[in-house]
Amino acid sequence: MRQLLSTTLPVALGYVPLGMAFGVLFVTQLPYEWYMATAMALFVFAGSAQFLSIGLIANQANLLAVAAAIFLLNARHIFYGLSLLSELRLRGWRRWYLIFALTDESYSLITALPHDKRADQNMQWKITLINQSYWVLGCTLGALLGQGVTIPTEGLAFVLPALFIVLCVEQYRVVRAAGLMLAAAGIGALAVWIWAGQMLLVSIVLAIALLLVTYRSGRWIATSGE
Amino acid sequence: MDSYIWGVILVSALATFATRALPFLVLGRYTQHPLLKFLGRYLPPVMMVLLVIYATASLAVDLPGLAQVLLATLSVALLQWYFKNPLLSIFIGSLVYALLL
Repeated sequence: MRQLLSTTLPVALGYVPLGMAFGVLFVTQLPYEWYMATAMALFVFAGSAQFLSIGLIANQANLLAVAAAIFLLNARHIFYGLSLLSELRLRGWRRWYLIFALTDESYSLITALPHDKRADQNMQWKITLINQSYWVLGCTLGALLGQGVTIPTEGLAFVLPALFIVLCVEQYRVVRAAGLMLAAAGIGALAVWIWAGQMLLVSIVLAIALLLVTYRSGRWIATSGE
Repeated sequence: MDSYIWGVILVSALATFATRALPFLVLGRYTQHPLLKFLGRYLPPVMMVLLVIYATASLAVDLPGLAQVLLATLSVALLQWYFKNPLLSIFIGSLVYALLL
């Protein structure tokens, strides 16, 4: 237990404050009770997707757009899973729980575990469970605290965009696909202009078409910095 | 109202689980497929750009609003680029946005 706690301490330091930020934002931006934030932490358990869902719920986005946006936002998990395929020997509900809760942080802790022992398989799902507990705790605390306070909404309106701008910058730092990202910005702006209400779904479809065309023609890849 | 948010939670949970379970259910055979590798690299930056625009669209409905969003966006991006501290970038960016009102 002690080893589990010391292994997951860095995750606690990240998850509890971030979860609290989610909880506060959730109850101050949306007309729902605190326990809905807890429900999200329990059933969705994905940081950026939960933050995005605050915006989606506020806009009363349709469920198809919600599904497409959350799926593609989290699509990076597909590639974590692919790299864990051969290593994951757990069976039964533990296996499926680990897959359900495979966040960026759990993935990086699990892949950093020593390879040898059978006991590590148990470490894998225990680490994951403790990590989710930190997240549920953070989200719930934030939502409870957020209920009592009145925060000026003007400043909070930019928290969500700022989170995505941060993620954008970090993507650029790694992938360096300026051309592709500018083209995506063009598509997004066009979709806002013409299909305001369905902007998200339309721009996702157009962007995937752009990616497939780019894949076929090999253009823009030269700017990727590989 | 309540059924809508439960719908969002259900759909979000399923969509997130799908991204985590797909490799274990079907995609395992295609680990080395070039299209999958290509999407793994380029889909995330493209999605982030779209989400920035989606999240700011309702704030930039007129010219002053657009200028305010662009300035706040620029400050978040520059802070993140140079200091690599997400909480700092988000906090100061939101402050810049609020002060420009």
